[in-house]
Amino acid sequence: MKHNLILRVASKFLIPLIILFGLYVQFHGDYGPGGGFQAGVIFSSAIILYALVFGLDVAEKIIPANVLRTLAGLGVVIYASVGVAALFLGGNYLEYGVLGSTQVAGQHLGILLVELGVGITVASVMLIIFFAFAGRGRS
Amino acid sequence: MDHISLLLVVIPLIAAPIVAILPNGRIPWALTLLVTAVCAALAGVQLWSIVHEGVISYELGGWAPPWGIEYRIDAVNAFVALIVAGIAAITLPYALLSVEKEIPKHQISLFYCAFLLCLCGLLGITQTGDIFNVFVFLEVSSLSSYALISLGKKRQALTSAYQYLIMGTIGATFFLIGVGLLYSQTGTLNMADLAERLPAVFEHKTVHTGFAFIVIGIALKLALFPLHLWLPNAYTYAPTVITIFLAATATKVAVYLMLRVLFTVFPNGFALGTPADELFIILGIAGILIASVYAIYQMDIKRLLAYSSVAQVGYMALGIGFASAMGVTATILHLFNHALMKGALFMAVGAIIYRIGACRMENIHGLGRQMPWTFAAIIIGGLSLIGVPGTAGFISKWYLILAALEQENWIAVAVILIGSLLAVVYVGKIIEALYFKPALETNLTVKEAPLLLLLPTWVLALANIYFGLNTELTVGIAESAAKMLGAVAK
Repeated sequence: MKHNLILRVASKFLIPLIILFGLYVQFHGDYGPGGGFQAGVIFSSAIILYALVFGLDVAEKIIPANVLRTLAGLGVVIYASVGVAALFLGGNYLEYGVLGSTQVAGQHLGILLVELGVGITVASVMLIIFFAFAGRGRS
Repeated sequence: MDHISLLLVVIPLIAAPIVAILPNGRIPWALTLLVTAVCAALAGVQLWSIVHEGVISYELGGWAPPWGIEYRIDAVNAFVALIVAGIAAITLPYALLSVEKEIPKHQISLFYCAFLLCLCGLLGITQTGDIFNVFVFLEVSSLSSYALISLGKKRQALTSAYQYLIMGTIGATFFLIGVGLLYSQTGTLNMADLAERLPAVFEHKTVHTGFAFIVIGIALKLALFPLHLWLPNAYTYAPTVITIFLAATATKVAVYLMLRVLFTVFPNGFALGTPADELFIILGIAGILIASVYAIYQMDIKRLLAYSSVAQVGYMALGIGFASAMGVTATILHLFNHALMKGALFMAVGAIIYRIGACRMENIHGLGRQMPWTFAAIIIGGLSLIGVPGTAGFISKWYLILAALEQENWIAVAVILIGSLLAVVYVGKIIEALYFKPALETNLTVKEAPLLLLLPTWVLALANIYFGLNTELTVGIAESAAKMLGAVAK
């Protein structure tokens, strides 16, 4: 892909914007449309675009497979431990209200953390799936 | 105390991703063992507190039902949860060696991760009181079991996992369509709330359609005869540990779900007004006879036992079809007892596979003399499967026959007896090959299975005898569970 100058330049311009938009959707999720799932997909599409233009090997260097696997697990752990944190603070499982000083602050913090967990897991699982299919046939 | 109902689901859920991150080796196994042991203990405490203190209702996220998700535990699901968690805890010590032999090293931590997710899903189905939540957990357990089955050593494992995937997805989709139809009529997903609102709309065609979709969907998961086609392949080619675990738990949870839908969600004997109960009796009878005959002709022992499982599901369906207190008691009893006998049998067969790498009839000639302890466990499990007095299998068949006599359904009585005779034939076939056939030369040097495989096998084998002699616990709980489901004596 060395000679595809337009693709390379355009994607270099686009990728930061995609990531930024992904982060916007991620952290905007509790106020407007958006959330962890969509953000994760958008975020991973930036890396997938990078892999398509610059090659799989370079992309895998940015995010190695074992890091992805760890992140995929980490997201679920974040989600579940927010629920457990509520348990320890005297509420029911996933009762966000007890997480903050006020009911509203708690709800806000809880949903933010949970969506963060979702985002991390979705992004890394999307990438794992992409690398698994794109890497077929390579040793 | 109420938090237990939730911890049973959340502990495996949190442990699963952690196990996936751990390095391959024995650490993932150790953590999984710990988790299953904790879950089994919690399930025991939960059942105890249900019996002594009554129904537990847990509001997830502090949202009151029927709007929020509610975990509602009574004698029925506490008992099933104990079966699932208990079998998982007994399977895990067995898993160490068996998994090391059958699963490639780089997949071991992912294997245990999927196992924990499967456990989480199965426990979730039993714990939750929200019918949409049931669907979610159904998918959690199913997706992980597809992955687990596909890890089998032979290439056929992939096709059988795919077959199960297709059938299982159709089943789950039917269930979801049915739930959607009920929701459109009542506007609620909480089971207890559905039970209150449904009687007002019982005449609506939509409710009848929804009922049909849900029953067929669960019947697919249950492997009720003609919908059982995925089961023999899945059980035959799955890794041994998964066969043990799924055979002893997955269909049991589906039976529980069926009982829940037929008796709790649709109250006041709604099912009796539909062809459902006749259908269960007819399909149960057909399943017992046809699957047992199929079992006799199998050359692979795992496959033979898988067909026998389909037949055993037939017995449970028969009990559901009677729709009487006695019938439901028999079904719940058989649910427990069948988990014990199939668990013990698949474990013993797994020990043979561990030693010689195969379990086809022609490979195992004379192994009974080389592996006396494994062989004895197979005999106990086999006797229990037949229903010989003094074993757990006898108790459940006894209650089933009582239920059939109560309704003067002579055909069912005859079928239960014929089914037991057919079981004599197929169990006899295994024993003949293991003990009475002249030993193969290659089998003369085979040693007894390692202690780590034998101990769990014998725990289950002895449980078969214990619960065959002391029925206070099982029958007591099954009767109170039947009462809880509102099945009335006829």
